[in-house]
Amino acid sequence: MKKAIVIDVKDNVATLLADVDANDEVQVMVGDKTTETKVQEGIQFGHKFAMKKISKGQNVVKYGEVIGQATQDIVEGQHVHVHNVESLRGRGDLA
Amino acid sequence: MKLSGYVRPDGSVGFRNHVVILSSVGCANDVSQKLAHMYPNTLLLTHRQGCGQLGEDKEQAARTLAGLGKNPNIAAVLVIGMGCESITAEYLAEEISKTKKSVEYLTVLEEGGLMAALPKGARFLDQMISEASQMTRVSCGLDALTLGVKCGLTDTTSGIASNPAIGIVADMVIESGGTVVFGETPEVIGAEHILAKRATTPGVEQDLYRVVKECEERVKASGMDIRGANPAPGNIAGGITTIEEKSLGAIKKGGGKKLQGVLGYGEIPKGKGLYFMDGPGRTPEALTGLSGAGAQIIIFPTGGGSPAGSLISPVIKVTGNPRTAQRLKDHIDIDVSRIIKGESTLEEAGESVFQELLNVASGKATKSERLSYGMISIWNIGPHM
Repeated sequence: MKKAIVIDVKDNVATLLADVDANDEVQVMVGDKTTETKVQEGIQFGHKFAMKKISKGQNVVKYGEVIGQATQDIVEGQHVHVHNVESLRGRGDLA
Repeated sequence: MKLSGYVRPDGSVGFRNHVVILSSVGCANDVSQKLAHMYPNTLLLTHRQGCGQLGEDKEQAARTLAGLGKNPNIAAVLVIGMGCESITAEYLAEEISKTKKSVEYLTVLEEGGLMAALPKGARFLDQMISEASQMTRVSCGLDALTLGVKCGLTDTTSGIASNPAIGIVADMVIESGGTVVFGETPEVIGAEHILAKRATTPGVEQDLYRVVKECEERVKASGMDIRGANPAPGNIAGGITTIEEKSLGAIKKGGGKKLQGVLGYGEIPKGKGLYFMDGPGRTPEALTGLSGAGAQIIIFPTGGGSPAGSLISPVIKVTGNPRTAQRLKDHIDIDVSRIIKGESTLEEAGESVFQELLNVASGKATKSERLSYGMISIWNIGPHM
């Protein structure tokens, strides 16, 4: 089974260790434990998907830290990237 | 742990033995190039700075150029000036000669033009090459090492595999009495609170927050969103979504030791241990700054497989991405992608990088050295006049 990794238990995203197709079941490593999640769409190696629903405006958490904010509702198993997350730092366009 | 290197008159140790032709100003590059063509065993260091710069920018360029000349990997330096520039050849020669290594300078205008400058430069180089060729390696310890660490073409494997494996090496170097310099200020944005906790003094903590704030303020003053510049398109393609995500992975490459100080760009640390150097994440500027800070060797985690090199300091490139390790073998010195496959621990990967560090310090040519890949590019913050 294709694998993904969650770096910190507080994270709401996992990082894929293989390319996946829509509806693939992925084995997710969270520390010493593993769990399974179905991805909603084709996603590339190294990219992230949501481990649970992330509502618009909610923080996206990886490494146990905030890496940005959802710009739309993201469902479990959906690709999490620049199309649905924005950075909260270095935003000269908002200054 | 024993290494071998060239002991310099000031007691520092070089792991390479370059005779350098250094332009004090971009206008002197043609002369430097002609001399390097006559003496292909020299290392040519050209750049576009040295004149028309203001205040802090001029100081930073002068400090970095002097620091490059002082780098222990360099046996001798011939500085070539034009004679009308603001960062003079005489100033650089004087600064570099504080290391007591062999240093000479000339300026084209004082010599009476290009045709007169060439034979004078040639005589200096002939002597320097002769002296350097007779130097031999002697055994030394890791306490002689200043290790630079810089990541490039980062993807999400960097924060999981190569950066933490290199962090283990950084810790090992410091435990052996050495020095580690890492930096890339934009790539601390969003992770500064983690690094700041490791500051040895409140002053160091404030310095770290200050340089990160100044960096973020420069972005805001530009009116632009940092995304697209950093994370760069290559990072985004590799799965990095925001600068915060990149930073949280990036800081792992510096290991977990206490932070002794925050250096200006190209500034040489005054003590041992872990230092943070202010400066950009862009590879040529970051590598030049590390060489200017005295790093004899640089370890470079790269998810996407950058070919990066520094002319002065051998760059050991490490990837945690199995595809990059396969596709870009000519760029990658050490493959730690077994971590991603679950076949190796971070500690095992760190040990393999550490072993390569010892090999390279003792003379093994890195991939970028074999290709002579690299350039001098000094961070510029203000306008050129």
